[in-house]
Amino acid sequence: MTDENGLTRRRFLKTGWYGLGALAVGEGVYVGYRFLSPRIGEGQFGGIFDAGRVDEYPPGSVTLFTEGRFYLVRQIDGGFLALYRQCTHLGCAVPWDAEQQKFVCPCHGSNFEQDGAVLNPPAPRPLDLFAVTIENGTDIRVDTGQKTQRDNTDGTFAVYPEEIP
Amino acid sequence: MSDNQEANSGGLFKRFAESMNRGAPMNPSDDRGRMKQVMDNLVLHLHPAKVAKPSIKFTYTWGLGGLALLLLVILVITGVMLMFVYTPDPEHAYQDMLNLKTDVWFGQFMRNLHHWSGNALVVVTLLHLLRVMYTGALSRPREFNWILGVSLLVLVVVANFTGYLLPWDQLAYWAVTVGVSLLQYVPLVGDELAYFILGGPEVGAATLTNFYGLHLAIVPLLIMGILSFHLFRARKDGFSIPRKIGEAQSERVERITTIPHLVSREFIFALAATAVLVVWAILIDAPLEEAADPNHSPNPAKAAWYFMGIQELLLHFHPIFAAIIMPAVGLTMLALLPYMEHTKDGEGVWFHSKHGRRLAVLGLITGFVGTTLLVIADEYYINLPEQLPSLPTIISNGWVPFAWTMAGLWLYWELLRGPLKAAISEARQSMFTLILTGFVVLTIIGVFFRGEGMALDWPW
Ligand code: HEM
Ligand code: FES
Repeated sequence: MTDENGLTRRRFLKTGWYGLGALAVGEGVYVGYRFLSPRIGEGQFGGIFDAGRVDEYPPGSVTLFTEGRFYLVRQIDGGFLALYRQCTHLGCAVPWDAEQQKFVCPCHGSNFEQDGAVLNPPAPRPLDLFAVTIENGTDIRVDTGQKTQRDNTDGTFAVYPEEIP
Repeated sequence: MSDNQEANSGGLFKRFAESMNRGAPMNPSDDRGRMKQVMDNLVLHLHPAKVAKPSIKFTYTWGLGGLALLLLVILVITGVMLMFVYTPDPEHAYQDMLNLKTDVWFGQFMRNLHHWSGNALVVVTLLHLLRVMYTGALSRPREFNWILGVSLLVLVVVANFTGYLLPWDQLAYWAVTVGVSLLQYVPLVGDELAYFILGGPEVGAATLTNFYGLHLAIVPLLIMGILSFHLFRARKDGFSIPRKIGEAQSERVERITTIPHLVSREFIFALAATAVLVVWAILIDAPLEEAADPNHSPNPAKAAWYFMGIQELLLHFHPIFAAIIMPAVGLTMLALLPYMEHTKDGEGVWFHSKHGRRLAVLGLITGFVGTTLLVIADEYYINLPEQLPSLPTIISNGWVPFAWTMAGLWLYWELLRGPLKAAISEARQSMFTLILTGFVVLTIIGVFFRGEGMALDWPW
């Protein structure tokens, strides 16, 4: 065998050892990560909430669901939005200011419109949305496990109850 | 030989005491015996048997590394005590804090001592870093020990932050909410990461469990491991030897025995520091606000004080820059500082040279004035997203001010290296001073000069 071959074999084995070592570390990290991953129980925040009936909410109303951490907003045009209460800046709980008709974050002064659009930085994006479904044309369900982040409020995100003839 | 014979004679108590030091006599009468005593004792052998006389001068190290060590010991003792009267559960945690005041003997005192030692450790660790930096003790062969030191600084901050949540009051709840939310701005994995650390979508029972485990087990173990390595290297690398400006590095310095010269100083200093801490903990209570209420954020909500510099940056830069890029770049540059050059010219000299001292002061003034003016200008005159409405905010409020900041720093560096004729290490020192001063100014503004809605305000 030539020197060169010897060197190649050695390099091969060495690389093999490094590879196996990396694999072992990777496995350890994966096991640790999965072991420590959060567990969400049924019926807690993160699950689906029953938000009542469409006709309970007059257009222009904003209703807080404390357990679900969201505001159910009924727009003037009749559409529904479920806004996550957490400020998109650094996570404070944003209260609705009924007098000024906007959300005012107490922490660092971000303001949001009724549909969640940013009126005032430092918040970088509109309030996040939870998925709203309206069953049988009347029963509102909000899935707090399904969150949508949006860059702007240009598109239509609102959900409208179907007209039942 | 004669040592051993002497050691083995005498009463049981004497034999017992000497057996702890592998038979070295308790009160050695000569230097040889004193050196042996240092080497044969588990705690003392962290020291060399002899030290260079100039190195133990108090105004060289200011005892800062040792003080950090002392604070860690106090933290472990008080922390373990607190473990016995604290339940990491949202139902009980806050009540346990109240009980410390009324039901537990010396409960509030123990909490105060732990609280103030923890905060002091952040400051002392940073001051120790400054001492090492400004005496040039970071150059070869100590580069790697500097990296270990920076890791310790990071761990000390993490230890503080994870401990911050445990009282489960409003301060704790919202500071941790705001602090962990910074992570959401990490590109791609940010949300996932924050979710993992919180153990759910927001701060709750799972977060408390996580932070408890981190604060009581993971972080202390990491600190102990890295600290052993750090102390080992501080000894192996040989301690740097102080000189006056202009004095040559001399080959021969006088060496004196560690016992009694160094050990006695350490002892006195530790006693004095402990006394100050104890008095402090008796007089000033650790803060405790109302119980945590996830439905009501305070106005303003501030992160822990050591993160206020970053929170202040967030008011001026797009979050990806303020919370991620700038801290990451800053920390990496800090860790790699000793690798910028090879020479040991400045080792042991405060501020390297006369010129180095002038340039450091220049960095201090520039950092102070520059940062203050920029914060004020940004508050009242500059609103980049409005002035550049056609650009997305990541450019108008991110790349644009970031590029300007970098350009400013580059200009300063060129000024140092060109017209001001700074050597690399002098320029490095001045630049470091400028950036650090900037960060300190941001922290002070964030902590004291931000009122409701984070508007600039006077603290009085
Ligand atoms: C938990 C925090 C720390 C502890 C307990 C600690 C402890 C010590 C001790 C006891 C010494 C020897 C004497 C002295 O200077 O007082 C030392 C030396 C040293 N430390 Fe630290 N340290 C810590 C953090 C740091 C940090 C943040 C840095 C810098 C990034 C650092 C860099 C160094 C270096 C380079 C030396 C050798 C200095 C010389 O030879 O002059 N350490 N440390
Ligand atoms: S968390 Fe709402 S403005 Fe900062």
